[in-house]
Amino acid sequence: MFLYNLTLQAPNAINQAILGNFSGTRQQELIVSHVSRIELLRPDTTTGKVHSILSHDVFGVVRSLASFRLTGASKDYIVIGSDSGRIVILEYNPAKNVFEKVHQETFGKSGCRRIVPGQYLATDPKGRAVMIGSMEKQKLVYILNRDIAARLTIGSPLEAHKSHTIVHYCTGVDVGFENPIFACLEVDYSEADQDPKGEALRETEKMLTYYELDLGLNHVVRKWSEAVDRKANMLVAVPGGTDGPSGVLVCSENYITYKHIASATLSVPIPRRESPLENKDRGLLIVSGVVHKMKNSFFLLLQSEEGDLYKVTIDYTGDTVNEIKIKYFDTVSVASGLCILKSGFLFVASEFGNHHFYQFEKLGDDDDTPEYSSNDFMGADGEHLNIRVYFKPRPLENLLLVDELASMAPLTDAKVLNLTDEDTPQIYALCGRGARSTMRILRHGLEVTEMAVSPLPANPTAVWTTRLTADDLYDQYIVVSFSNATLVLSIGETVEEVTDTGFLATTPTITVQQLGQDALLQVYPQGIRHIRANKQVTEWRAPGGRQIVRAATNRQQVVIALTGGELVYFEVDDVGNLSESHVRREMSGNVTCLSIQPLPKGRRRVRFLAVGCDDNTVRILSLDASSCLEPLSLQALSAIPESLVMIDMPDQISEGSLTTLYLNIGLQNGVLLRTVLDQTTGQLSDTRTRFLGARAVRLFELNMAGNPSVLALSSRPWLSYQLQSRIHLNPLSYEALEYAASFTSKQCLEGVVAIAGKELKIFTIEKFGQVFNETAIQLTYTPRRFVVNPVHKTIAVIETDHQTYSTLEKKKRLEELGFAMREEEELDPVVFGHARSLPGKWASLIRILNPATGETTFTLELEQNEAALSVAVLNFAVEANELFLAVGTAADLTLQPKSLSSGFIHIYKFVNEGKGLELVHKTPVEEVPQALLHFQGRLLAGVGKILRVYDLGKRKLLRKTENRMIPNAIVTLHNQGGRIIIGDVQESLHYASYIPADNKIVTFADDKSPRWVTCSAMIDYDTVAAGDKFGNFFVNRLPQKLSQEIDEDEAGSKSVGKGYLHGAAHKVDMLAHYHVGDILTSLAKTSFVAGGREMILYTSFLGGIGIFIPFQTKEDIDFFQTLEMHMRNEMPPLAGRDHLSYRGYHVPVKGTVDGDICEQYNLLSGDKKRMIAEELDRTPAEIQKKIEDMRIRAI
Amino acid sequence: MDRSNLNSQLEHLQSKYVGTGHPDTSKYEWGVNQARDSYASYVGHYPMISYFAVAENESIARIKFNITEKMLQPCGPPPERRD
Repeated sequence: MFLYNLTLQAPNAINQAILGNFSGTRQQELIVSHVSRIELLRPDTTTGKVHSILSHDVFGVVRSLASFRLTGASKDYIVIGSDSGRIVILEYNPAKNVFEKVHQETFGKSGCRRIVPGQYLATDPKGRAVMIGSMEKQKLVYILNRDIAARLTIGSPLEAHKSHTIVHYCTGVDVGFENPIFACLEVDYSEADQDPKGEALRETEKMLTYYELDLGLNHVVRKWSEAVDRKANMLVAVPGGTDGPSGVLVCSENYITYKHIASATLSVPIPRRESPLENKDRGLLIVSGVVHKMKNSFFLLLQSEEGDLYKVTIDYTGDTVNEIKIKYFDTVSVASGLCILKSGFLFVASEFGNHHFYQFEKLGDDDDTPEYSSNDFMGADGEHLNIRVYFKPRPLENLLLVDELASMAPLTDAKVLNLTDEDTPQIYALCGRGARSTMRILRHGLEVTEMAVSPLPANPTAVWTTRLTADDLYDQYIVVSFSNATLVLSIGETVEEVTDTGFLATTPTITVQQLGQDALLQVYPQGIRHIRANKQVTEWRAPGGRQIVRAATNRQQVVIALTGGELVYFEVDDVGNLSESHVRREMSGNVTCLSIQPLPKGRRRVRFLAVGCDDNTVRILSLDASSCLEPLSLQALSAIPESLVMIDMPDQISEGSLTTLYLNIGLQNGVLLRTVLDQTTGQLSDTRTRFLGARAVRLFELNMAGNPSVLALSSRPWLSYQLQSRIHLNPLSYEALEYAASFTSKQCLEGVVAIAGKELKIFTIEKFGQVFNETAIQLTYTPRRFVVNPVHKTIAVIETDHQTYSTLEKKKRLEELGFAMREEEELDPVVFGHARSLPGKWASLIRILNPATGETTFTLELEQNEAALSVAVLNFAVEANELFLAVGTAADLTLQPKSLSSGFIHIYKFVNEGKGLELVHKTPVEEVPQALLHFQGRLLAGVGKILRVYDLGKRKLLRKTENRMIPNAIVTLHNQGGRIIIGDVQESLHYASYIPADNKIVTFADDKSPRWVTCSAMIDYDTVAAGDKFGNFFVNRLPQKLSQEIDEDEAGSKSVGKGYLHGAAHKVDMLAHYHVGDILTSLAKTSFVAGGREMILYTSFLGGIGIFIPFQTKEDIDFFQTLEMHMRNEMPPLAGRDHLSYRGYHVPVKGTVDGDICEQYNLLSGDKKRMIAEELDRTPAEIQKKIEDMRIRAI
Repeated sequence: MDRSNLNSQLEHLQSKYVGTGHPDTSKYEWGVNQARDSYASYVGHYPMISYFAVAENESIARIKFNITEKMLQPCGPPPERRD
């Protein structure tokens, strides 16, 4: 087995977010990191939408990001701290839309090690130096400068190491133009390590240390160090120089403190939420913060771990701080990054769940929220502040949500199913945490935003939009053709019918075009109507007995095809008249479609005409005056062409303004071809083929994502568009359409008007590049697992939250405290989260969903502090006609150290057509049942390390047999025939067989190496694919001969054998190994394309979806392996990590090719493309085609 | 290569790379180094730390804070020295 990995949707959780002017324009942009991918986001401040401009896989772990700007410059650079042992400085090149590596300096080993810098990055606010630090000991400072040619230079590293020191946080202090200072929160462990009595540990202090970079001496010194609270966790630099007093805010549990050299310490407590359920012993941490500088002032926004934002203002005179004030601002989701834009927007990169983009409506200056000042809490210096202050949380008052970016993190479980009987299967994924959890149903296709639907009097056949003059920005008319009439609608505030347009209304129309400067053209079966601006009409009549069947137009040229296959050509002359060319051409068959090249701006004529005939050919004809309508080339096809569109797409290699001309051919058998048309010779080459659906393919030219694109209508609509240097072909999540045209208006720049049945629809597409569109169903607690009732097609989800009050507990506790539960006072948990309880307290429920309607038909909240952790749907042989749900729970579970009062297996019966559940009984078990499975009419349960078979009894489950050979805890179970595959929490996969004669389960094979299994899937009887907690994917297979021997050996003596290396008698072979970079949460063998090949689909914890496609030929393996090798050399990953060692993070890569790096071939320059192509004995186009084919095969 | 040179090289390694073992490494030192290495790796690998955060139902920042705090003395106080 040899696999090809392809990411279908990159993980969309954000771990770092920075703000800057990366394009060098006045526009502020965001750069976010999705762990192994960096993305440039451009917020549109007029519409409030955030657009993804560039997303690049760096094949490494981005741990920290920072931006800096050299003094006097207008462009920000990006610094990346990663696991590469290198510091990398990137620059965004807006012309080519790429990140360019400016500097890369190596300082240590690769990997996330404790003494190799990369975890922390701090930049000097004036852009003169950057500090990169590690968790312990090492800190390096690089001086940034520019040379004579104004290029960025980076100095050699200056060490600011301090051994035996753990670093909690680093930030650059704003000191104006004095020597740069970096502030670090450090703890020295050297004494605590030596003192057995533990006194030194108690006396260990957390220090705030200033490291000063002496620019004159080129040396870093520890300038100042002062003890701060032991529970300090974060620093926020206060503006300095001319903007403020300088210094830092030290955020500790429960309070924040202002500190600076030779300055008084001021503290203020962090206001806490007013709630009767508050746990007063629990501290409150600040998790993220941002400073916003305005013209003459600044403020800070800090966020607590509950998601509450606080506005902190600092009152100062000169360099002296008089007072710090804090007040509650608003509540948003807990962020891993906050960015405030100058234009008054706040970007919240959520730790989990969707990212939000807010607009500031107010700055919280004049409301009645209590404000707390440091003056009221003057204590002795450094003394622990032990006062609690409160605020009342409320819905958003200062912020207004304007946009949302989807994030599926954390994605805990997923399955590929077709529950709603559609063309392609859907992915059902459990996402999110706590009250923000959802089940998302993903369908392959772009999301469509419908803007208007209007009914029409009869069945229309075609629709066009047109401008009135060449200078119009927006479309003015929508023209609809029926089988015997034509209707003209004008676009304004409303869409209304107009009659005085000069169009002939009593005939069907073939095409409509805005012609020349200000004329209109209507082609209808009997002739051509040329309508001038003054409504003067010139008619050209088709010769007697013949009709116009097809027409192709651009603003200057018109070609028509008459019955019998004759072509007539017209051009607009200098005075605006339409003059017929003296040349006509007879084609070999009937013309079925025509297309003319789009007219570039400023040109009067284009050269190519494409003609499709019913003899299964497409011909390219010349439109040159000298060789008018002469054939240039011909392509034979497999079916009759139905539709043709020629479009100019920007060249895939970003070399200036070059474009490539593509001819798109839609065939009657539902196939779409895309061919490159050579702009000088008219020859066709590099054909790409794709089957779209059962219906003949009709093509329409549109403008999408800022570039020309093609809409292809078959049994479902598809869009071929260019995004980030790649041509994408994606289906739209929309009904089948019959005809379409582009639609441009003030409200909607890139719209489509289309016909579906008797309706006219206007829609637009906003989220390009997202191949899945999602429907979300709200859940209550963090979902853990789900199963599908195969008979009734309903979904059973188990949801469990730690440290949370269940509804019943909450009510009880409130009554104890003397509060009556009042509905209206309840805070919306979706915004504010559930009420936090103590560790070891659980809230859990079982839910039944209808996937078709998204409605919850049944919920059951577990009581007595039980946590539901596993679920299975099954039937028992003793009651074969009933369907049961088994749920494994643990009561009074604590995580560290692990303990529980009892485990339980609940058995429920499906009632009410699968819409509800009825408890049958509850069976206590000794450990946590983490895996349940239907097994030969009985229940197979992994209870801690015990594998047990249960049968259904009257009052509880009855033990039938068990196996105690599994080392730690069973987390996954699979079964085919008598074979059982068991995944252990840290000892990889075990193969066992059930021996009916002895009623025994015997483990006969296991893995050679330990692995922390998170999910697994049986690929076939002998093969298992699995993922582990470190982000690896691997495939194990039992040797064929052994497999047969085991199966033939009914007594089980061979299986038992003699234990080998403290494990089972036999070992399995590893077939493939690959580091995905994110923890896998589900694996499934599936096929996405109807009738397509099977492959392995995986989902990952941070919201990624990807596939492994098995190669079919040895040639393909060789080709892609060689290509991958060349790509590693020619395009080394941006963060400086070596690709090969990244994919072999813990175990060397085996049997897998990384398709993501192969797809970066499209980003190479033309020279490099050709160079690699030569090495592979192919042309660049052939390589691109092969890469594209792999993707098409998948989805 | 003579023995003194080897020793000095080893010492150099030990001072440069924290956690490098030597013949007299005690069980306690071994454990402490292993724990600190693991904790630093958890913090560095974002998927891992977010996995913990979901399991414990805490914010990622809180988990990072807890883990970094634990690096100070991951295995309890050192054993009494027996000289």
